[in-house]
Amino acid sequence: MMRNRFEEQLGLLNRELLKMGALIELSIKNATQALLKQDVDAARAAIRFDNEIDQMERDIEALCLKLLLQQQPVAGDLRLISAAMKMITDMERIGDQAADISEIVVHLSGAPYIKKLEHLPLMADTAANMVTGSLDAFVAKDLELVCKIIAMDDIIDDLFDIIKNELIELIRRDAACGTQAMDLLMIAKYFERIGDHAQNIAEWVEYSITGRHKGEYLS
Amino acid sequence: MAKFEIENLNLWYGSHHALKHVSLSIEALKITALIGPSGCGKSTLLKTLNRMNDLVEGCRITGRVLLDGQDVYGGMDTSLLRRRVGMVFQKPNPFPMSVYDNVAFGPRTHGIRGKARLDDIVERSLRAAAIWDELKDCLKKDALRLSGGQQQRLCIARALAVEPEVLLMDEPTSALDPISTSRIEDLVVSLKQNYTIIIVTHNMQQAARISDRTAFFLLGELVEYGDTEKLFSLPRDKRTENYITGRFG
Repeated sequence: MMRNRFEEQLGLLNRELLKMGALIELSIKNATQALLKQDVDAARAAIRFDNEIDQMERDIEALCLKLLLQQQPVAGDLRLISAAMKMITDMERIGDQAADISEIVVHLSGAPYIKKLEHLPLMADTAANMVTGSLDAFVAKDLELVCKIIAMDDIIDDLFDIIKNELIELIRRDAACGTQAMDLLMIAKYFERIGDHAQNIAEWVEYSITGRHKGEYLS
Repeated sequence: MAKFEIENLNLWYGSHHALKHVSLSIEALKITALIGPSGCGKSTLLKTLNRMNDLVEGCRITGRVLLDGQDVYGGMDTSLLRRRVGMVFQKPNPFPMSVYDNVAFGPRTHGIRGKARLDDIVERSLRAAAIWDELKDCLKKDALRLSGGQQQRLCIARALAVEPEVLLMDEPTSALDPISTSRIEDLVVSLKQNYTIIIVTHNMQQAARISDRTAFFLLGELVEYGDTEKLFSLPRDKRTENYITGRFG
């Protein structure tokens, strides 16, 4: 095998992506725990945690740019590095949205919840699994796994619809619930967006493996 | 439209089977890059297109090479063929004479004598080779005293002076610095408006930058041929991928 140094650098890129994926998973979990426990300190810590993710994005971006400059990759290598650059943007956005959720948690503190939060943690778990699964598939070039992950976004969308309808019903019964219901709907929407970004990540993994974008067929 | 149609071409140097069942169609007014490791047959193929291999002892060819539908191995006059299909080599090879005489050499060989006519051809050719502005005031200068990049553009001008239809280029920038390389690349791209260009290169980025179509050869076989952008982003054959990503061997 030639180009040993390049292979080492690609290995480093994979490891850094997995590390960033683990941080994203943690950021979603931190935000969810703060939400469920109405823990303001944990929420504030989750907001600060976003800085680490931002830094990680810049580090991986710098590594990708260095690889493009030094190795002038083509074909599968070029797809891998360009996909990595797109994936870290989606991961960074997930980090932002986890922080946004935590900001609402800080704002919501003190008042008991108007309903039991059963679907939101499911949305969070599904999204976190999508991110870590996508990165595992990226490293292993596992197309089958990536297709399963892309389909998981439907679960998140369905959960969002359930939550939305529940909140509408609550407001209909008691308009005084409205303020908190809006905040909870915002949180659900953030989780739904996190799911979209996770789906984007999975689609970039698909592109890096096949050279095709979703729904695009080779001539 | 195909300028060259190569059909089941086989070439042997003695017992060495250098090109194996090569078939490909080279489009007119496009840049086609031939790539592959040393000894893969790409330069050999280039030389079959204007019958430069005729001079190699023990060279035997089967199959057909059609230029505008006419078989170049079917009794075509080689000097006429080489006027239609010009060539530029890896190392600039100006003749040891003035800039002017280098460019006028081909037309004079073809019987053009009038000074005004030759002046016109020299200027037109040097302009087409993007070197007129640099050399217009020193046409009498010894061509061997020009820089490497200027010598190569002069050789391109010399090739253009006989008004060819096709330009074969065998690693035309491998002996040049990056600035001269970039000038030649720009020139090649501008020339495709009027000429069909076939270029052999070891520089993958160059092939990706300037060519419309790329053919990858390995051990005398054409492994893959297609649109350059596609071949460099999503090659169909694993061997192509391994070569262009530098993992060949």
